[in-house]
Amino acid sequence: MAAAPFDIPVLGDPAEHPVPALKPGAMAASKPYVAAEAHQQPLGFPGELTEGWEKRAIDHMGSLLSKYRSLRVFMDICVKCGACTDKCHYFLGTGDPKNMPVARADLFRSVYRRYFTPSGKIAPGLVGARDMTKDVLDEWFNYFHQCSQCRRCSVFCPQGIDTAEISMAARDIMDSIGQGQKYCNEIIGKVHKIGNNLGLPAPALLDTLEGLEEDILDETGVPVKLPIDEQGAEVLLVTPSADFFAEPHVLGLIGYAKVFHAAGVSWTLSTKASEAGNFGMFIGNYDQMRKISMRIREAARELGVKRIIFGECGHAWRVAYSFLNTLAGPWDFLDPRYPVPQHILEFTSDLIARKGIKLDKSGNDGMVLTVHDSCNVARGARMGDKPGGQFTIPRAVIAASVPKLVDMHPDTICDKTFCCGGGGGLLTDELIELRVKGASPRMEALKDVVDKQGVTHMAAMCAICKAQFTKVLPYYDFDREMVVSVHQLVSNAIVLGDND
Amino acid sequence: MTIFFAILFSVSTLVLVAGLAMKIAQYARTPAPLKIPTTPAPLTTGGVALRLGREALLFESLFRGNKLLWLFAMVFHLGLAVVLIRHARYFESSVGPLVALVQPLAQPAGLAMVAGLALLLLRRLVIERVRYVTGPSDILMLVLLLAIGVTGMAMKCLIHTDIVMVKAFFTGLTALELRPLPNDPLLGLHLLLVCLLMIVFPFSKLLHAPGLFFSPTRNQTDNPREVRHLAPWAARLEEK
Ligand code: HEM
Ligand code: SF4
Ligand code: SF4
Repeated sequence: MAAAPFDIPVLGDPAEHPVPALKPGAMAASKPYVAAEAHQQPLGFPGELTEGWEKRAIDHMGSLLSKYRSLRVFMDICVKCGACTDKCHYFLGTGDPKNMPVARADLFRSVYRRYFTPSGKIAPGLVGARDMTKDVLDEWFNYFHQCSQCRRCSVFCPQGIDTAEISMAARDIMDSIGQGQKYCNEIIGKVHKIGNNLGLPAPALLDTLEGLEEDILDETGVPVKLPIDEQGAEVLLVTPSADFFAEPHVLGLIGYAKVFHAAGVSWTLSTKASEAGNFGMFIGNYDQMRKISMRIREAARELGVKRIIFGECGHAWRVAYSFLNTLAGPWDFLDPRYPVPQHILEFTSDLIARKGIKLDKSGNDGMVLTVHDSCNVARGARMGDKPGGQFTIPRAVIAASVPKLVDMHPDTICDKTFCCGGGGGLLTDELIELRVKGASPRMEALKDVVDKQGVTHMAAMCAICKAQFTKVLPYYDFDREMVVSVHQLVSNAIVLGDND
Repeated sequence: MTIFFAILFSVSTLVLVAGLAMKIAQYARTPAPLKIPTTPAPLTTGGVALRLGREALLFESLFRGNKLLWLFAMVFHLGLAVVLIRHARYFESSVGPLVALVQPLAQPAGLAMVAGLALLLLRRLVIERVRYVTGPSDILMLVLLLAIGVTGMAMKCLIHTDIVMVKAFFTGLTALELRPLPNDPLLGLHLLLVCLLMIVFPFSKLLHAPGLFFSPTRNQTDNPREVRHLAPWAARLEEK
């Protein structure tokens, strides 16, 4: 790995919970590109900051306070106990005190107090209240784009304060006054215009899928199909567009196709809903989130499917599981015997349990797996019908597919999992220092099991995690191909022949 | 002194009750448009009640997050709870069973409260990360509670005041009747600080006490696929 222009955090022992000393200002200069007018306008946001933005920001804050109980309550009830201060991967990786969740939230809370509370109006100095100024706005822009909305802080907060909610509100306010983030807003523009985050047009998708069908046929001798826009299929599969594009994602897509094939369930992708991700959540904008979700409803209606299944993607699964019914329901036109939507891992694990597919672990010979719980699956959603199914179901599928599966340190998995470092709309090159440093708690736990238990690969169930790890693993002297899709493992193990 | 405190207590009580009622009404009225419980979360309302109960009584999340802070927090809050319950004896003409139950714990509870507060304050000053997120109001709140605790303990253990008169004063107040307070500076200070606490309560972080029960990450059921959750303002978007 070429020398990076910044220090790579030294990895310690995850059992010792190393917490860095404060390095004020360490990440003060880290910020993503500001959205240009061309990225703002298609979403209905102003193109740039103009005269009077301060008042508009405060007005918008007031409107969010009256619409979101989370924001309203979280603004008031933080006791500054500091239980969250050592829980954020960006703080642990950078030492910048403004990356401690409560300090991040206070960037917002200080303005709230000034304009919305008697104490902040009468005695701003006493309660740390600040006027909305350009400096404050710039600080917001930088530090609310150093939060991946992973919700780890919310697990340990005695008041249940979720800093992700505050980051979302801050980003929505910034969009509404013309200081949006280029990466997210450009991507949302592509979803509206072309249908997916990567901007892959329909002909390119068809091409890719045909190529994959040929590859599978060459490799297995079995004609596994990857249908798209197929009327009357039983299942609509909605998956992140990275699954059509990059490894290891695409190997997961091949896995889904093989599972459907082996189970004999007809399925289809959709050009209209060729993206599971919903960046409307990252920018905290209900309207955008709803518009993006409605594509899935329309596609399901047009294709006449009976069920909707989502591919492997963390934040997509949070929006799908927790919000889709709210945003684009009710789903009374689908088969009521199945939850809407389902996760592909629910589908596959159910088949494994019913012996509806056969897996041969020798397909993954020599691999020792560990699993990275994606933050938004772990803390923002569920799989199956019991709390915590989002932890047991992926592990059951992996364990059925590989010779050996071990877990990382208990304080870094399940609902205590660390974000990969690239979630929440931060998966962009200009934030590489933040991404590498924010990945360090996960890398620390990974190195621990690599050294002590001979782990060779880490399975991930999220497009962002996969892309982020592929990029940052080499900074920590790991092979970029260490990260694999869960369904890539299924794909290697599944027995196709005798099911036909 | 008697008239001054009679007025001050009436005003403080009004501010506390009205302020809290307004805040709680505001929290209750503000919709939660999306399902955001921190998962794994209970699937049923009963499960949510248990989760909230564990948070309020056992500080479950704090326990997972920071054991030492949890201990300090428990010592302070449990002490405070017992002290508060015991203070009911100054307002009720006959002492209720709960009050009688905690009566023998009065002294240890007072000590626990003061010791817990001192430890919390010390921690706030000593640990770099916590000091960074501490503002003047956070220190003042601990100092205020400490001062209330110390003046109270001093009257209980060292310089006794005439508690029969104190009780007469408060039961009198509740019956809208003016009865004299003992003319005792320590008592005066204690009561003054308590009034201050009652007045700042609805405007401060002490809102965490009622607020916890409105925290959507803790008070929502995990059933978004089964039941469609729709806020009124979000429903209006669908009419368009
Ligand atoms: C349902 C009732 C309550 C619950 C569940 C609760 C819970 C908590 C928790 C978990 C903390 C964080 C840990 C700590 O710093 O101690 C805290 C802090 C605090 N609580 Fe409470 N509390 C309640 C009622 C009260 C009341 C009635 C008061 C005071 C009149 C109070 C005063 C404080 C103070 C001052 C702090 C901050 C301590 C510090 O600065 O470190 N609490 N509370
Ligand atoms: S843990 Fe919660 S209450 Fe404590 S400082 Fe952090 S956000 Fe505030
Ligand atoms: S949501 Fe995650 S990234 Fe954001 S402050 Fe909390 S722990 Fe840090």
